[in-house]
Amino acid sequence: MRTAWLDKNIKWVFTLPAVLFVILMMAFPIFYTVRISFFEWSMSAVTPPRWVGLDNYIELLNSERFWQSVKATLYFTVLALVVETVLGVAIALVLFREYKGKNIAKTLFLLPMVSTPVAMGLVWLLIYEPTIGAANMMLKWFGFKPLEWLGNVNQAIPSLAIIDIWQWTPMVCLIVMAGLSTLPKDPYESAEVDGASAWQKLIYITLPLVRPTIIVAMMLRLIDVLKTFDIIYATTQGGPGSASETLNIYTYMLGFQFFKLGSASSLLVIFFTIILIFTLLMIWIRKRLGA
Amino acid sequence: MKQKSKAALLSTSAWLIILIFSFPLLWMVLASFKTQAQIMSTDNLLIFKPTLKNYSAVFEQYNFMKYIGNSAVVALGSTLGSLLLGLPAAYAIARYKLQGLALTILVARIIPAITFLIPWFILFSGLKLVDTFTALILTHMLVGLPFIIWIMIPFFESLPQEIEEAALIDGCSKFKVFLRIVLPISGPGVITSSLMSIIFSWNNFLFSIILAGEKTKTLPVAIFNFISYSEVNWGGIMAAACIITLPIILIALVAQRYVVSGLAAGALKG
Repeated sequence: MRTAWLDKNIKWVFTLPAVLFVILMMAFPIFYTVRISFFEWSMSAVTPPRWVGLDNYIELLNSERFWQSVKATLYFTVLALVVETVLGVAIALVLFREYKGKNIAKTLFLLPMVSTPVAMGLVWLLIYEPTIGAANMMLKWFGFKPLEWLGNVNQAIPSLAIIDIWQWTPMVCLIVMAGLSTLPKDPYESAEVDGASAWQKLIYITLPLVRPTIIVAMMLRLIDVLKTFDIIYATTQGGPGSASETLNIYTYMLGFQFFKLGSASSLLVIFFTIILIFTLLMIWIRKRLGA
Repeated sequence: MKQKSKAALLSTSAWLIILIFSFPLLWMVLASFKTQAQIMSTDNLLIFKPTLKNYSAVFEQYNFMKYIGNSAVVALGSTLGSLLLGLPAAYAIARYKLQGLALTILVARIIPAITFLIPWFILFSGLKLVDTFTALILTHMLVGLPFIIWIMIPFFESLPQEIEEAALIDGCSKFKVFLRIVLPISGPGVITSSLMSIIFSWNNFLFSIILAGEKTKTLPVAIFNFISYSEVNWGGIMAAACIITLPIILIALVAQRYVVSGLAAGALKG
């Protein structure tokens, strides 16, 4: 009898625990965050949360620091995303061919993206060290002037983007290589008959055919780059000044350094909306391009 | 002749790319065997007398064994929990085509994790669960569970249904079919998704800085013990970075095939 009941409802018995878990851990926090974004609250026992309506939002939208963090986020995201895509596709085209030690090379290429981001942030902190770091040492070898890297207001975001590019270009590569391995052979054969050059084959056959895969890789990276936290926290913590303070870092500072939970929550709602818009935009582009 | 030089050029450029990308890890390993004075000087970059002092300091002064244990408990605990909830759910989603449900769970991938952090902090503070493994395991499960569900849905979909149907006709209950037939042939999928869950939990930093305390501090947080205001102990940090990275690099090297397919599956669903 019990078996019969279980068999009839197995669909729900199997999914309910996972769904309940996700609702408790995720849906509740989201609603809670939206709610406290309308309150002023500093998490102290003395002053209870106070309803302030849209004040947190208005204050944020009028603050320079907020717009600075929007700018930093977009700058970092666009820079990392563009370089990772171009470099990732280019490297995939090289690594995809047959050469000696291909399997070992592919395995080594995997290591940056599994390495612990915080630890890698600290390794790059040493590499970027102005006096003893490897980055300036190399610049000197090639006859260039040393840079301040993370210590300079104008160089901090590009320096951080280099870390992200180092860690995640292999991921773009991996996805593009998977796409390359599924390409049909016929178009290449007929192009060969027509006497097409290697360059023409790349531009007119390979790239259009792997375009859907490239877009998938970009979507994934976009969502993650926007949310980058670990390497920035480990290296600059948003500095110098607030030059590398992205939305994610600013939210953390507001919430857990200044304990302004209301403001932090309204910032989160804005941040989440931005991510949602970007995601929907990417999905729309993907559809438009017939991926 | 032309063919040969082209092949040589290809393999040289391939290995050059790999060398450039391996450089930071190589630098980390080298610096972990140097004294502070050797790190501060630009002579003898590659050839020097290695010291193990950084490593012994990491274990003796900074008590890293405890943090390794903490990270392992959280990574394994959250992976087991995610498997327990995720495997049946993924199976039901695959067999009964519950697309909407799958999508809901995938949302966890898009939302910035920091969104959950303020309410969690308030909630876990109220329940007196800050600085307990329960809080860390539960929160890390929110990262592991979607991964396990994503990787397992296509895996379960690709299993032949005939065996399951035959067992049902023989009077086996649906629950037993899952337990006795589906799970035993799902080894590769379970390995792939478990590895992903372990790697992501091991690397997680954000949840632990807020929800871990002295008792439950995990490796990515513990590494900050090396940064004091007066001087940065570079050798110690590099040794600690090596120790944190080594286990997952070993996993990635040994189970390369699974890690690649796991990362690719996670990517394509995202």
